[in-house]
Amino acid sequence: MWLSSLLIGLVRILVGATPRWIGSQPTTAQRIYFANHSSHIDTMALYSALPRDLRASTRPVAAADYWGKTRFRRYVVLAGLNAVLISRNGPDSTLDPLQPLYEALENGDSLIIFPEGTRQTQSLPGTFKSGLFYLAEKFRNVELIPVYLENIHRSMPKGTLLPVPLICTVRFGAPLQRIANESKQAFLLRARDGVMRLAE
Amino acid sequence: MSIHYKFYWLIGGIVLLLMAATVIGKLLRIRVKSEGGIAVVDNLNARVRAWWSMVIVFTVAAVLGKNATLVLFAIISFFALREFVTLTPTRAGDHRALSLAFFVLIPAQYWLIGIYWYELFSIFIPVYGFLLLSSLSALAQDTENFLARNAKIQWGIMAAIYCISHAPALLLLDIPGYAGQNALLLFYLVLVVQISDVLQYVFGKLFGKTKIAPVVSPSKTVEGFVGGAASATAIGGAMWWITPFSPLQATGMAFVIVLMGFLGGLTLSAVKRSLGVKDWGMMIRGHGGMMDRMDSVVFAAPIFFHLTRYFFT
Repeated sequence: MWLSSLLIGLVRILVGATPRWIGSQPTTAQRIYFANHSSHIDTMALYSALPRDLRASTRPVAAADYWGKTRFRRYVVLAGLNAVLISRNGPDSTLDPLQPLYEALENGDSLIIFPEGTRQTQSLPGTFKSGLFYLAEKFRNVELIPVYLENIHRSMPKGTLLPVPLICTVRFGAPLQRIANESKQAFLLRARDGVMRLAE
Repeated sequence: MSIHYKFYWLIGGIVLLLMAATVIGKLLRIRVKSEGGIAVVDNLNARVRAWWSMVIVFTVAAVLGKNATLVLFAIISFFALREFVTLTPTRAGDHRALSLAFFVLIPAQYWLIGIYWYELFSIFIPVYGFLLLSSLSALAQDTENFLARNAKIQWGIMAAIYCISHAPALLLLDIPGYAGQNALLLFYLVLVVQISDVLQYVFGKLFGKTKIAPVVSPSKTVEGFVGGAASATAIGGAMWWITPFSPLQATGMAFVIVLMGFLGGLTLSAVKRSLGVKDWGMMIRGHGGMMDRMDSVVFAAPIFFHLTRYFFT
C-alpha cells in the first residue's frame, strides 16, 4: 500500500523509530502491544518499528473522536495503517466500546493500544484505563507486550503541529505474565510498571 | 587533461583503492584468529562496505550536477543535526527554534549556495540564525537552563549546517582557469579528509603508543597522527592535478585540511564525551553515526573554502 509506505518512510526520516527488542523477539504470535502515549506520531512510530511481515497482521487502535473526525484523518488511519477505530466518549449504553477490538482479536490480528487513553505531557505513562484488563481477561492466549517509546515526547509534544527530527527508539519488553485471579487494579499497575521499567 | 578525464582517473583510482581494501579485509579475516582481532577486522570490513556506498552516492551526486550535490549535503546536514539534537537535552520551549533550524535554516542555507549568493550564505546562520533562534526560544518563556540550552542548539547548527555547507559551497567559487571543474575540488576535500582519517586509524593501530588526548579520545596517538597526517598530506600533494593548485600549494592545502580534520575529530569527541556517549548514532554500519563520519569535514571545510576563496579567486 503506497500510503502506508509513504507514512513509514516519513516517520523513519523524521524520528528514526529504531526498534530494540529487549525482552521479546519479533514473532508472528498474536499480541497486544501497549505503550506510553505522548504524541500523535506514537502510533506511526510503533507501527514502523515492526518488521514488514508483522505489520500486515498488526492493527493500531485509534480514537474515533479524533481520527474519525475528518475524511482525511479517517483515510490516513484506515487506509494507511489499517487501524481499528474505537469510541472513547464513555459508555453510549447499547454497545461495548471494546467490541471492535474483540472482533479484531477474534480475527487473529495483533493490536497496538495506548492504555492511558490520551496523550500525556511527559514521557512516563499516567494511569492505565481498564480496557487492557478486559482484553487480557477475554483473550488469555494473546501475548501482552509492553512497549516504551523513547524521545517521542521531545519530538512532538502535545500542542505542536510539526515534529522536530530526533532519533526515537521503540523498546519492546518481555510479555506480561498472567496471574490467576488478579484484581483489575493490580493488573493495570503491573502493566504500567512493565512500560516504566523499559524507560530505565 | 579535460575535467572528464580527471574525473574518470579519480573515480578509477578510488575504486582500485577500495578493491584493494576489500581484498585485504577478506585476507585478514581468514588469517586473524584471536577474538579481539576478529572484532577489529569485522569492524574494518564493515567500514570498507560503508565506504563503497559512500563513494557510489558521492559519485552519482557529482555526475548529476550541482543541485543533486546540494541536496545530498542538505540531507547530510539534516541527519547530522538530528543526531546532535537527539543527544542534547532540549525542552518543549525549544520546539519552535528547532523546527525552524530543520525546516527553514537547512533548505535556506543550501538554496543560497544554489543561487551563488555568497555574501548572505556566509552570514546567514551566524547572524540571522543566531538572533532569530534565540528570540524564538525567549518568546517560549521557559527560562530553565535557557542559556545552556540555547548555546547547545546554536553549536549544533553551526557544526551540522553552517560548517558542513562549506563543502558544497566550493561549487560557487569562481576560480580563474578552473571553470566547470569545482566538483573536483569538493572531491579533493572529502578525499583528503577521509584518507587522513583512515591512515591515522591504520597508523594508530599499527604503531600507536603515545596517547595525545587520552581523556577526550583514547584512540588518537602521536604515532597515528604523525604517520597518518604525513602520508595524507603527501597524497593530497600528489593529487594536485585535479585542483587549481601547484604541487607545492596542494601539499600546503592538504596539510591544512588534515590538521583541521584532526581538530574536528578531537573537538567533536569532546562534545560527545560531555553528552555522555561514544558514538553519535548508528546510521552507518562500522562508523557509528553521520556525525562520526563528518566530524573532520565540519572543521576542514570552512577553512579550506576560505583559503581557496582568498588566495585563488
